[in-house]
Formats: sequence, C-alpha cells, structure tokens
Amino acid sequence: MSASVSLWRSAGLSLLILALFLGAWEIAVMPKSGGGGPALDPEYAALLGQAAAQGGTTPMPGPSAIGVRLLELLADPFYVRGPNDQGIGVQIAYSLLRVGAGFGLAAIIAIPLGFVIGMSPLLNAALNPFIQVLRPVSPLAWMPLALYSIKDSAISGVFVIFICSIWPMLLNTAFGVATVRREWLNVARTLEAGRWRTAIRVILPAAAPTIVTGMRISIGIAWLVIVAAEMLVGGTGIGYWVWNQWNNLSIADIVIAILMIGLVGLALDRLLGLGARAVAWRE
Amino acid sequence: MTAYVSIEGVARRYGPTTIFQDVWFGIAQGEFVCLVGHSGCGKTTILNILAGLEAPDDGAVIVDGEAITGPSLDRAVVFQGHALMPWMTAAGNVAFAISCRHRDWSRAACDAAAREALKRVGLDHAADRKPAELSGGMKQRVGIARALAIHPKMLLMDEPFSALDALTRGALQDEVARLVAESEQTGFMITHDVDEAILLADRILLMSNGPEARIAEVVVNTLPKPRTRANLHHMPGYHALRDHILDFLIARSRAFKADAPPAGWSARSVPEVSPALSAPPLAAE
Ligand SMILES: Nc1ncnc2c1ncn2[C@@H]1O[C@H](COP(=O)(O)OP(=O)(O)O)[C@@H](O)[C@H]1O
Ligand SMILES: [Mg+2]
Repeated sequence: MSASVSLWRSAGLSLLILALFLGAWEIAVMPKSGGGGPALDPEYAALLGQAAAQGGTTPMPGPSAIGVRLLELLADPFYVRGPNDQGIGVQIAYSLLRVGAGFGLAAIIAIPLGFVIGMSPLLNAALNPFIQVLRPVSPLAWMPLALYSIKDSAISGVFVIFICSIWPMLLNTAFGVATVRREWLNVARTLEAGRWRTAIRVILPAAAPTIVTGMRISIGIAWLVIVAAEMLVGGTGIGYWVWNQWNNLSIADIVIAILMIGLVGLALDRLLGLGARAVAWRE
Repeated sequence: MTAYVSIEGVARRYGPTTIFQDVWFGIAQGEFVCLVGHSGCGKTTILNILAGLEAPDDGAVIVDGEAITGPSLDRAVVFQGHALMPWMTAAGNVAFAISCRHRDWSRAACDAAAREALKRVGLDHAADRKPAELSGGMKQRVGIARALAIHPKMLLMDEPFSALDALTRGALQDEVARLVAESEQTGFMITHDVDEAILLADRILLMSNGPEARIAEVVVNTLPKPRTRANLHHMPGYHALRDHILDFLIARSRAFKADAPPAGWSARSVPEVSPALSAPPLAAE
C-alpha cells in the first residue's frame, strides 16, 4: 500500500487540502449580513447576540486576517519594547534557550550515566526501580518543588526541561549499551582493546543510533513541555506569549503561535533526524 | 612433541549436564589442527576456551608454559559470523585491529598496514567499502585479513566458511591453505566439511557426540603439501582418509561412550591413526 507516490502528487494533494481547509474556515467566519441571503430569523439573531446585531463580526479571525497579522509580526520579530512587549522571534529564542540548556544538561548527565548503567547489570537492576517510578511523573509536577527549592522561575523552567528530557536519553543509552552485539565485544576482547578503547570505538558507535533516538524523543517532549512550563512561570518565552495573547483575547496571535510552535518543533526533530542519519549503520 | 598450546582436562557443564569433559590435546608450533564433530557437541565452546573468551569449568589451557586467564592478541579469532563492525570500512576494521596490536603506530601507518593486509586476501579494491556493501565471501575475507594483520602466534577459526556458497567457499579454502602455508601459521579450526579438514589440517581431531563428548580419535593427515582442492582427490590415500572420517561421523561418533571406551583409548592419550598410510596402493593402470 505504501508504495512510493510521486512528490508532486502528494504535495499537490496537501496544498488542495490546505486550500479547502482555509477556504472553509474563511467562509465559516465571514460576516453573516449577506445581501441576497434569506431574511434572518429574529430569534436566531437574538441568539447570535451582540456580534450579529452589529453586522456579523465574530471574534474568531479568518485565515486572511491571521495572514495579515502574521506578516505584521514577522516584519519585526525581534523588537524589544520593555519586558512585557517583545517580538515573537525573541520569545521563541527564549524558549529555545531554555530547551537547549535543559536538554544539553540532561544529555551531559544521561549519556555517561546511561553508559555506566548499560555496562553494569548490577547498577542497572539497582537503579531501575527509581527510574521506573520517576519516569512517568509529569514534568510539570516538579514545578512547585523546583520553584520552592530553586527560587528562580527561569532556572525552574530549565530544570523542568532537564527532568523531562533525561529519561528517554538515559533509558535508550542504557539499552543501547547493554544490547551491543556480543560478538563485537568478543572481537574487542580478543584484540585486547581495553575498556576505554572498547567504549569509544565499539560500544559508542554500536549504541549511537539508539542514543540519538532517545535524544530525538527527549527534544520532542522538551518542546511540548516548555510551552506549558512558560505558561506557568511567565515572564518570557513562547508559552508565556500565548498566555498573554489569550489574556488580550488576540486569537490571531494564538493561532500564529500554534503554527510557530509546530514549525520549530518540526525543525528540532529534523535536526536530530540529521544526527540520526550521521550515526546510522547498516549491516 | 612439545606443544605450543596444550588443552589439559578441559570441561564444560551446565547444571547436571556435562557437555564435554576430560578433553586433552596439544597443538605444536606451525601445526594446523581441525576439530570435526556433530552440532552441539561443544566445538565452539572449546574454541572459545582456547581463545580465552570463556573459562572452562575444569582444566586449563597452557600457552608457552603458562595457564591463560583471558583473550590475547597472540590468539586471533576468525568468527563464524565474520563479526565486522558495520560502522567501519573494511580497511577501518582491519586498522582497528592493527591499532590494538601497535599502540604507538600513527593512524596513517595503521591504515597503510590494513590496506596491505587486505591486498593479501585480494580485497584492495574494496578497502573503502562498508561491510554492508560486501558479499558474504568478501566479509569473511576481511575477517581473515583482520586476524592475520596482527600476526598472531595462533589463528583460531570457527566454521569460517559454513555460511558461504560452495564456489566462494572453495576459493577461500585454497586461499587460506596458501596463507597458512606461506607463514607456517599455527592454527586451530572447527569445520563440518571433511574435505576442508583434509585440505588444511595436519591433524584432525574427531569429537564424539554430546553430551559427555570427548576427543575420540586423532587422525594424522599424511597427504603431501602443498595441497589444493584441485589436486587433493588425486592423492594416494585421500579416499581412505576421507572414508575414515565419514565413517566416524556417521557411526562411531554416536557409538563412542566415555565410560566404556574402545580398547586402547584414554582421555590423556587419544589414539592417533593415519588412514592414508595404511591404504592399499592405487590400482596400477
Ligand atoms: N546456556 C546454556 N545452557 C545449557 N546448555 C548450553 C548453554 N549454552 C550452550 N549449551 C549447550 O552446549 C553445547 C555446546 O555448544 P557449542 O559449543 O556451541 O556446540 P557446537 O559448536 O559443537 O555446535 C550445545 O549442545 C548447547 O546446547
Ligand atoms: Mg559451533
């Protein structure tokens, strides 16, 4: 079934679906005071209330209105006019910075630790209960504890990212290292390669695809969590910005933020996808 | 005969099951020994013990007068499933082995030596390919080049050609025979293929069926060298040798019982036979 389809055909269909969706949306939110339409039922008009009575402007913007707003935002994405008024680019940069810091810190700890756990069945068995209990905890549940003990909302945000990205990397690294083919380890042993050389030249490349998969899962989760975390702690970031636009009832800005979050998430995933390509091996 | 390695009273047990025990044999410097026996009798286990990858449940392996405690660069292994690292090129795999042998060599020196080693097995054109881009026979050649490149005192091979098609297997057998003869390589090889054993081995150890397997007989290969697959079956005595081994595999390997061994058998001095010598001379034309 999943035979290769031509790129043109699939892209064409994608564009068609997008056009239909945007068209339907545009029509759905159009002012209802059509010239040739049937006379409005007064009761229906009453139900529609203020908006309909004033000529049919609904609070939900159409794609065209959002497009106009998008151009406006993208014309100057990096402006800073005081702490509460910064461009959408600046907000995304803040979020990326937090994700980068939390994810990077988690990688620095999770990959070496996962290596040690993967090499030692004893340590694996001993640490497994802790990991199994901590892993399913929503990262946001850590937030109050983080705020209480760290007393800094920005660093608490980074901590939440750290705690949510550490598990997939830790588990995947440990699994990848523990399941390195016995015969490759035997080759290293018969060559008297030594611990260090075996770790760097054999185990690391053998486990690298699994490790990078863990990193890819982690960055996906981190990007999901950062929006929620920033809604909670406020100040800066795309999550905070979404919440702020909700308070301002700027629906167009919220839709634009959703689009941006999706695009940045896609870019992050693709970046790790390139990493996965670089370390992949095939037998 | 002073043995370079000697296997002394080695055993492997799993719980109450004894796979084999009381296995004694030696391999002299420059000698090539093949181990033949049915699946599951413990051949791979013996090779792994000899390599130092596994410890025996009893007995010891003595090399140069000392019991081994683990693997060594002096005993290179050609693994059954080639065991190449798929993320390294053919040259990279061999160079990795060389860099383990010569810790002080530069990367360039290791790479040059690796290419030289690949050339000896006729693979200089494929040095920069990854294992996934090589055929089964080529992969096994890289495995052999890797083992020979570190100039081991002894070469251990576990059914190195069993996964290959007949044509490739034949070519590789001749090649290994040549390489082994050139360098007077001491070697130990497990095989299922009787002709392969006759081609390569100076002595052929015949192992009885497990559990409770033993070395039941030692066949001395008196056929003259150099041997190739082309001339092998024309040699006087070849058929007697081959029939003797086949008879063992078909009947005597099953009949052998260590608690009621044939007359003259003892675990520490397994009888040696030379069927090719006692063969009737070929009928004159
Ligand atoms: N973990 C184990 N538990 C019980 N029996 C085992 C185990 N591992 C291997 N064996 C048995 O040991 C025997 C020897 O195996 P092996 O040395 O691979 O035989 P061969 O190479 O001659 O085919 C086999 O019969 C196998 O079933
Ligand atoms: Mg075997």
